[in-house]
Amino acid sequence: MKLQVSNSPHIRDKVTTASLMRDVAIALLPAAVASGFLFGIRAVMMIIVSVACCVLFEYLSRRIMKRENTILDFSAIVTGILLALNLPPTLPYYMIVLGALFAIVVVKQMFGGLGNNFVNPALAARIFLVIAFPTQMTHWTVREGAFSFFDSFLGKDLVSSATPLAMMRNTVADAASGATSSATIAAESSSLPSLLSLFLGQKGGCIGEVCILALLIGAAYLFVRKVIVPWIPLAYLGSFTILVLFFGHTPLLEAVRYRPLSLEAWQNAMYEPLFMLLTGGLMIGAFFMATDYVTSPVTRSGRIIFGIGCGIMTFLIRYYGNMAEGVSFSIILMNILTPHIDRMTLSKPFGERRAKKHASL
Amino acid sequence: MSTVLAFRGGVHPRHNKNTDVLPSIRLTDFSEVDIPLHQQIGPPCTCVVSPGDYVCVGQVIARSEHPMAVPIHSSVSGTVKEIHHVVSEIGEPIEAVRIESDGKFVDDPSVAPPVIESREDFIAAVRASGLVGLGGAAFPTHIKLNPPADKKPQFLLINAAECEPYITSDYRMMCENPDQIIDGILAVMKWIDIPRAIIGYEDNKPLVSRIFEHELEKRIFKTGECHDIRVHKMKTVYPQGAEKMFIYALTGRKVPPGKLPHDVHVTVLNVSTVRQIGLYLRTGMPLVRRRITLDGSALNIHGNFNVPIGARVRDIIESAGGLREDPTKVIMGGPMMGVALDSMDCGLIKANNAILVFGSKETRVPPESACIRCARCVMACPMLLQPAGIDQAARRKDIEMLTHFRVMDCIECGSCTYSCPAKRFINQSITDGKKLIRAEKERYASEQRLRTASQKASSGKEEQDGKSVPKE
Ligand code: SF4
Ligand code: SF4
Repeated sequence: MKLQVSNSPHIRDKVTTASLMRDVAIALLPAAVASGFLFGIRAVMMIIVSVACCVLFEYLSRRIMKRENTILDFSAIVTGILLALNLPPTLPYYMIVLGALFAIVVVKQMFGGLGNNFVNPALAARIFLVIAFPTQMTHWTVREGAFSFFDSFLGKDLVSSATPLAMMRNTVADAASGATSSATIAAESSSLPSLLSLFLGQKGGCIGEVCILALLIGAAYLFVRKVIVPWIPLAYLGSFTILVLFFGHTPLLEAVRYRPLSLEAWQNAMYEPLFMLLTGGLMIGAFFMATDYVTSPVTRSGRIIFGIGCGIMTFLIRYYGNMAEGVSFSIILMNILTPHIDRMTLSKPFGERRAKKHASL
Repeated sequence: MSTVLAFRGGVHPRHNKNTDVLPSIRLTDFSEVDIPLHQQIGPPCTCVVSPGDYVCVGQVIARSEHPMAVPIHSSVSGTVKEIHHVVSEIGEPIEAVRIESDGKFVDDPSVAPPVIESREDFIAAVRASGLVGLGGAAFPTHIKLNPPADKKPQFLLINAAECEPYITSDYRMMCENPDQIIDGILAVMKWIDIPRAIIGYEDNKPLVSRIFEHELEKRIFKTGECHDIRVHKMKTVYPQGAEKMFIYALTGRKVPPGKLPHDVHVTVLNVSTVRQIGLYLRTGMPLVRRRITLDGSALNIHGNFNVPIGARVRDIIESAGGLREDPTKVIMGGPMMGVALDSMDCGLIKANNAILVFGSKETRVPPESACIRCARCVMACPMLLQPAGIDQAARRKDIEMLTHFRVMDCIECGSCTYSCPAKRFINQSITDGKKLIRAEKERYASEQRLRTASQKASSGKEEQDGKSVPKE
């Protein structure tokens, strides 16, 4: 009779890496389904291709590097779904394959696999594609006929369209330069989509980022299952909203200064921040990519700093950069800063007073 | 009473308190006991009996003059067979006295209630009773009861949290001997001059407050005296019973790293320790038996048993009902902090509160995978450390990084390893890391000593006193 000897503790929680990753994959399902409704069967095919490639590359690269097989931990599947959801609906399939290759082989496995990559693989791959194929990566389409999700089965056509963020940019730029008549500006402003259609996803954009409703359902699932704690998304969205409110195109204070009791003034003032929250990759970024375990800080205060950093970066890029979209770059940038944030925010052990410096060995 | 007290962090393992309704059973059927001579923090004791001697229950068989040490008593009556070396539960060789029991359990004539007239008498009596912390730490109680004069305790905290899963021995003791607990508390309050006492328990044992309130009421009727003893409910979260977390939950005071409870003016005693004081003052019988929980799927019968110190694990299991299947893991203590035994031949020591005998289904060790930086360990750590960092540093044997992550402040509660989804053996790394740091310190100290010695030899200067020894 042989007794096992091991260090304590002798019991373990039932949560595993695979179960966490599986939950993330489940949380992305609503967004995946919504993309199918909004962009048709091709979106579903894109997700399938991306996941299949990620899993295959993961398997092959582990095989070639003679490391143990890790496809069962679901992380490649999550990367695959995330990558596909962050691509425009018309991207050729071979580009998706290239993206998957970059995400899994270059970003993830060359650095040692899950846990050792310093940037989020799906995001890095997206940026790689944006740089490599700028035209295809910014070709957006929407389906005609608002709110009719079943159009895709009725064979209605996809038409090219700018993303709402780009529309907003043009409007503001025109207004600022004063080149066009105010009538044109008014026409352009009125062509900005309503908040409800933004929320439901009737707009140009990457296939997974458009339907905010689906993303929020997924995020709620992650919170309920305690897969992620809300600090990063809250800090991210919160800091971003505050910046937009005070330093956006129509600052809140100015908008309501003369008519503080008018409902309309408030409504107008709130349109911009809500518009900013509901467009682009902000929601999918804040809930699903900024919260990626591997590339975000582990300390409590570090996570808040990380979120605020993402918020500030996104604001700066959207308002002052020369791109309409800034979520991926902000998150990648903060990913790179993560080790430093972790080092800076190492908490003091329980009971130690703040002022006292620890005399090192 | 109604507030639920807790600390930050912690984990929620399944309670598995399967044995809490089972009255404890006294086991006497032991032909031999192996009483280890090192059962506490501090130096081992020297044996004062020789083979062939007849000893009685409660007779001193080993003692030491070291101020930390407490005597060890025989737990059976019978003949000393040999003094031999055994392997302790943590795998170190220690001396043990083997006594063949005659099964009569004859009390030693010296066993009589102590006469106490002063604080010194009381502390001496506690020491003579062989008492160490029975919650698992085995810190000698008489040292705890004797804080420096400028650190006078304001609170006596009685730790009845029993936060480890499975274990119910303290709870059974509270159900069965509440009067002795109150006796003990009152004696400590009286002689050590502590004005108030608080009993803290976790809210998964709702009966505790009723038990003590009833007991205290009875006393008020009997003696007319009212004592400031309160019973507080705490949140059930592991490690609520860890000393620093316990003090924080009950009083809001934080014990700084490297300090002791009396630095924040409290004294903490485990509920079974204080009960033992009560029992000793009443009967004079030193610590020779204790209550332990037996649980685990490989056992026929689960329950709480009152067993003599030194009884071998194998014999205890045998006389408590035997095995149902071949055990794969035998744990002395709870599943979170207990020690896995490599053989069932070692004797029970004073600080043990449970023996868990796990079958194959409870001991499946999940394979370890790479850390995914999920921060679950960081959120779980009650000491607010960064276990993931410690884990990495220890595997790299990076002393500087280990110091940076404050591995020495870890209380080894196991919450981090429990919660890790990658199933990292973080506690193994912590143990290794602590060893590395200790070795490094030793090396540094001896180097310094050498340097001072050579300096002295070369310059013939006056003795340089030990200022070169590094501060922690
Ligand atoms: S690092 Fe130490 S104190 Fe913190 S959870 Fe792990 S074992 Fe407990
Ligand atoms: S819980 Fe495990 S996987 Fe998560 S950060 Fe800690 S060591 Fe890494």
